[in-house]
Amino acid sequence: MKPRTQTNSPSGGAGVAERDERDQIDSDELRVEHEQRIQEQQKHIEEIDNETLLRMLYQMILIRRFEEKAAEAYTLGKIGGFCHLYIGQEAVAVGTLSALRPDDYVLTSYRDHGHALVMGISPDEVMAELFGKIGGCSKGKGGSMHLFDADKHFLGGHAIVGGQIPLGTGMAFATKYRGTDQVTLCYFGEAAVNQGAFHESLNMAQLWKLPCIYVCENNQYGMGTSLARAMSQHNVAEKACSYDLASEFVDGMDVLAVRAATERAVERARKDYLPSLLEVRTYRFMGHSMSDPGHYRTRAEIERYQERDPIKVFGSNLREKGVLDDAGLKEIEGRVRDEVERAVKFADSSPEPAPEELYTDVYATPIK
Amino acid sequence: MTMREALNQAMREEMKRDESVFLMGEEVAEYQGAYKVSKGLLEEFGDKRVIDSPITELGFAGLGVGAAMVGLRPVIEFMTFNFSILATDQIINSAAKMRYMSGGQFKIPIVFRGPNGSAFQVSSQHSQALESWYAHFPGLKVVMPSTPADAKGLLKSAIRDDDPVIFMEQERMYGNKGEVPDGEDFIIPLGKADVKREGKDATVIARSMTVPLALKAAEELEKQGVSVEVVDPRTIRPLDIETIVNSVKKTNRVVIAEESHAFCGVAAEISAQIMERAFDYLDAPVKRISGADVPMPYAKNLERLALPDVERVVKAVREVAYMD
Repeated sequence: MKPRTQTNSPSGGAGVAERDERDQIDSDELRVEHEQRIQEQQKHIEEIDNETLLRMLYQMILIRRFEEKAAEAYTLGKIGGFCHLYIGQEAVAVGTLSALRPDDYVLTSYRDHGHALVMGISPDEVMAELFGKIGGCSKGKGGSMHLFDADKHFLGGHAIVGGQIPLGTGMAFATKYRGTDQVTLCYFGEAAVNQGAFHESLNMAQLWKLPCIYVCENNQYGMGTSLARAMSQHNVAEKACSYDLASEFVDGMDVLAVRAATERAVERARKDYLPSLLEVRTYRFMGHSMSDPGHYRTRAEIERYQERDPIKVFGSNLREKGVLDDAGLKEIEGRVRDEVERAVKFADSSPEPAPEELYTDVYATPIK
Repeated sequence: MTMREALNQAMREEMKRDESVFLMGEEVAEYQGAYKVSKGLLEEFGDKRVIDSPITELGFAGLGVGAAMVGLRPVIEFMTFNFSILATDQIINSAAKMRYMSGGQFKIPIVFRGPNGSAFQVSSQHSQALESWYAHFPGLKVVMPSTPADAKGLLKSAIRDDDPVIFMEQERMYGNKGEVPDGEDFIIPLGKADVKREGKDATVIARSMTVPLALKAAEELEKQGVSVEVVDPRTIRPLDIETIVNSVKKTNRVVIAEESHAFCGVAAEISAQIMERAFDYLDAPVKRISGADVPMPYAKNLERLALPDVERVVKAVREVAYMD
């Protein structure tokens, strides 16, 4: 994958940089890349068994439909607080996690519904958590931003930008300490790259050879601030050079490219305890959170990325290669619809946490 | 045995006892610790378990929390707690809250330790007592030993504890000597205050470096005919308010001595709890002796003025006893 051409921020001299008039990525460039990706994805499809391919498509559709339903529930007032949707970015969680073993460790930021679902937390438990119910995967105490499942090695949803990066580094440290070969996959957005936690962690990981894979989901906006307005050097993957760390730039709209890059990083981590940084360029189709009016980007820009919708592209390539037909797609959509509807029913009927729950889980041994 | 040796012994014994305990921090290994608390540990346990970190407090504090989430028992040393300020995001947002926001799925057995409070003429940025910060947050435990025996017994408990513990030592006290009971099984449970001296006329509640001051003040006051009880909470959170209240019920007069600033401080909290639980037993308003409400100055004479001393404690007890 060629590195992205950098767009220069037309900085307005001293003070705040002006709005970048151009899109983050030039539209012609994007189209050429799109054509190339279709060809490459079709080649990749031939190398993977149908069961895996269809499972990945199912997982992407599950995330999409689950979140559409969550957005609906949010507008009905069933979900409170913040609700950050992953729609558009599905290929990143599905592609990366398809390269892992069940005993590996995974943690991410507050945009965590997709990762949690792919890690095998049931839609019932995720939806109930969003609804603030006792049947949620964090007993209704964490909410949308703090999904956890210790048994499935999903170590959270973390809501301070970049806060999970040192944590993931520590999980990788523990693996090496014990001499086992699990890898840790630690996700964060590109805005977290500006935090000290990112740089401190990469330095320690390479210094001590810790098997952590840092996955930067570059959706090009930190809330309403574009990467061009926030980062002096736009190429995230290149930042790994400062720490002598292996890195790769990946097209996050191609689920199989994401999988292949992750497999390479996993091999480095398992065999040699080496960390990697993956910059996965993606795009969120929805706002930063449910309360985002989205004035900071154009409709045209969003539509251009929607043409590269990772689910549409993957689905049509699977058809092209004869892996999927109408009946197959209908079956997946039907199964997902049933699961999501069941999740809403479960979340609706799950009780609120009992008042006594307010004071549980603060300490290992409760304090009077 | 000195405080420094007692802390060293506690870590050595716990590292022998449990393979999952490791020590990480700046200069803890090859340099043997900035204050020599980790002396000999690198030699005994090797560089896998005694790890020199870069100067990257947020990073290694968070690394420790992540390692604790998957079952290790990190002891993270801050060269001083002043530098823990850079790591507060990981201590407060990660360590303190992980169990709760995961619905009880993760325990965080980690100890953050190092010297807290003033040293000798190291000025404003190196002379801060931060116990009220950390004690503020549910999910954390805060421990402040004042004797070598307490230091050893409490640190062993802290390392065995399944919750994050902020273990605050005092640089001025590392050389203080005291008896330490023999035996690897000697531990002191967290959350238990200790009556360091019994008395009947007034209670002085002191912690860390003000405990020796309070004991000296009590000797002085005995000569003046006042019998002073000295209570050391030892653990700030959970606070053993029962022992404190029992003492108040006996003496009816209270002075609280602390090195930290008074505003929103631990003495303010203890004072409020005494009012809530033992108001009718008080014969005088609670009196606080705290560090001056200024950044710590460098000049020796000003530094002395900024800290509690024996004379101020004596004067405060005489005030609550209406002797002056």
